[in-house]
Amino acid sequence: MIWYTGKRLLQMIPVFFGATLLIYFMVFSLPGDPIAALYGDRPPAPGVIDQIRAQYNLDKPFIVQYFIYIGNFFQGDLGTTYSGRPVSDVMAKAFPITARLALLALAIEAFFGILVGLIAGLRKGKLFDTSALVVSLLLISVPTFVIGFVLQYVFAVQLGWARTTVSSEAPLNELLLPALVLASVSFAYIVRLTRASVSDNLNADFVRTATAKGLSRRRVVGVHVLRNSLVPVVTFLGVDLGSLMVGAIVTEGIFNINGVGGTVYKAIKLGEGPTVVSFIAVMVVIFVLANLLVDLLYAALDPRIRYAK
Amino acid sequence: MLSGCASGDATPAEGDTAAIITTNGSEPQNPLIPTNTTETGGGKIATSIFAGLVSYNAKGETENEVAKSIESDDAQNWTVTLNDGWEFTNGEAVTANSFVDAWNFGAKFSNAQSASYFFDDIVGFDYEADSELTGLKVVDDSTFTVELASPEADWPLRLGYTAFMPLPSAAYDDMEAFGEDPIGNGPYMLAKKGAWEHEVKMDLVTNPDYDGVRKPANGGLTFVFYASMDAAYADVQGGNLDVLDAVPDAAFESYESDFPERFVNQPAAIFQGFNMPYYLEHWSGEEGKLRRAAISMSIDRKEITDVIFQGTRTPATDFTSPVIDGYSDSLKGAEVLEYNPEEAKAKWAEADKIAPYTGTFDLAYNSDGGHAAWVDAVTNSIKNTLGIEAIGKPYPTFAAALDDRAADKLTGGTRAGWQGDYPSLYNFLAPLYQTGAGSNYEDYTSPEFDALLKKGAAASSVEDATAKYQEAQEVLLADLPTIPLWYSNVTGVWSESVEGVVFGWDSVPLYSDITKSE
Repeated sequence: MIWYTGKRLLQMIPVFFGATLLIYFMVFSLPGDPIAALYGDRPPAPGVIDQIRAQYNLDKPFIVQYFIYIGNFFQGDLGTTYSGRPVSDVMAKAFPITARLALLALAIEAFFGILVGLIAGLRKGKLFDTSALVVSLLLISVPTFVIGFVLQYVFAVQLGWARTTVSSEAPLNELLLPALVLASVSFAYIVRLTRASVSDNLNADFVRTATAKGLSRRRVVGVHVLRNSLVPVVTFLGVDLGSLMVGAIVTEGIFNINGVGGTVYKAIKLGEGPTVVSFIAVMVVIFVLANLLVDLLYAALDPRIRYAK
Repeated sequence: MLSGCASGDATPAEGDTAAIITTNGSEPQNPLIPTNTTETGGGKIATSIFAGLVSYNAKGETENEVAKSIESDDAQNWTVTLNDGWEFTNGEAVTANSFVDAWNFGAKFSNAQSASYFFDDIVGFDYEADSELTGLKVVDDSTFTVELASPEADWPLRLGYTAFMPLPSAAYDDMEAFGEDPIGNGPYMLAKKGAWEHEVKMDLVTNPDYDGVRKPANGGLTFVFYASMDAAYADVQGGNLDVLDAVPDAAFESYESDFPERFVNQPAAIFQGFNMPYYLEHWSGEEGKLRRAAISMSIDRKEITDVIFQGTRTPATDFTSPVIDGYSDSLKGAEVLEYNPEEAKAKWAEADKIAPYTGTFDLAYNSDGGHAAWVDAVTNSIKNTLGIEAIGKPYPTFAAALDDRAADKLTGGTRAGWQGDYPSLYNFLAPLYQTGAGSNYEDYTSPEFDALLKKGAAASSVEDATAKYQEAQEVLLADLPTIPLWYSNVTGVWSESVEGVVFGWDSVPLYSDITKSE
């Protein structure tokens, strides 16, 4: 187990270098001069642009830029944005808020998704099951921004139960509404995954055996059915944590949350190499760790899976 | 609301003088150094924190702030006298040196300030090396003189622009750090050190020592930074934001009913059009002139502004803006900006006699700026009138579009726009159409236009100057280096708790006049 974990962690090193090199190259290849574009229709004096390009090493070839970045990276310097702010400061502000939002959304979708999915799976074909299917289909087919605008309008503007946008401190109660929006689509997937998995497992041999052994229904469902049904759900949650961290651009925009998605989007539009790459590097690490956690959880959930040396 | 109207009561509501007004902003692009703040996000904060020689009222007229007088006999040598008693919020007196040193800092080549070109008409300015502005001379603490390279009658008009603000001597120790926590002499000041919460908001409170023409009727200002105007709009609806100065596209249809009597929709100092480069075949010389006029007359501006923009744009009748003093809707040749399909077809046919048109007409724009809808409408209008293939040509980002534009690699027209820096006709003409000017990307050149512009600048009175600038515009109407489309309107809404929201010439509310009651 430790050997396995160590091996997986070591794999992160090439992934890190590969991902940063690739992303840096992609940002570098974006068309247009990012510095000239900063000034819009009113270009500054020609000498000004050249000096600023030199300040951000944009006048050097790609590979030199990349190695300057990596060299500074390992000295703890992530570079600066085009507005002169250290990228590390930007990250220190964006990641905690996004992490809170993502974890809250993950908790909501996991708890309610599994609960609804389990009940639906157990009562296949009944009214609850049919309604769960219809609702989840609806959530999957309606775009997030529609759900976001509707919930914001109804709960914040009309009813006044929540704040329309999230304030700078971003306390959990203000994040609840955005987290619900963010969780909505994944919730629907989890309901469907859990339901299918539960209804499959209800007919599995080991469940029949458990029932035949005379175990209580509660124990059969709780230990044998649910635990085994969670394997696909956990896989989904692991991947989803990553996308919730980075893919919340729409939700962040609607609720004016200054998080990772919006920051990266803005940085890509500006062609801000160091910002994009630093953020992506952290995301890569999060993705890899989340996947590792999922793989380790498999072993805990399904007794048939063991990681040997 | 209704009772208020019926009674006809004109007395303004008593506002709470300690109340903080919240309004939308966007993260300033750079630390708030006046000479490096040329975008609107930083601009509206900087003008709240600093007071220059003059400031602008709602009509765009200048009113003296720190200046007691700005005088000249020949429009070339100016003497600026300052009022006594002005102080920065750190207690330092505002003197002639506060201006002269700040302008020298802004103009210095190696400081790479984005507004450096604003000083290029002062004697001593150099675009390629560090050089002192020798045209600026301090006479005593409250007087300095300015020598311009050539006469400019409307030079004082620009002095309310951010680039011309004074700086305290403490700024020069570490300019970057100063920009994080700027110390000014304006109506507002930072609520505390570190009041600028990056990407989130900036808190300002009133400056108790300020005694200029913009004395605040409220207790302070909080600029909340929004990535999307939709979120800001929802915040005004939800009561989290007092004043919004830009209604998002999505709310164009509903803002008038969402905020009855609490909205504004008026032309702003923003000119929009599209340029046809002169290096393209068919678009220069006599043939080009005919084609430009034909294209211009084939666009139904009225219908596009009504349908696509829901009346939040005003069809153009010149090259400036209705909020600028000297604007005219009846320039000679302005009929070329009216929709006239017959005349358009006739001119196009005439041009075809010189050289038959081949290929597709395309119009470049950046697809990340919400331009697709109107570009399609314009190209459709051209296509339907002239019977040629006309399409929009999207670039993924502004940077990509600018690259091809700056490198003279366009294959057709390009979206172009200008927001006035200061309320003057000159500012809408010189940077864009003068030979070799910074924003004259399409390399328009007309000796006649240049001469008129020069005459206007050197005119002894503003009336004379305006007449020359209008003549210069008539040259543009004949040549059409840019096809004017419309002026962007300022659209704003505000909550029930605030009153006295008036928008200035620059589309920014006059914050100091806003009152708020609970």
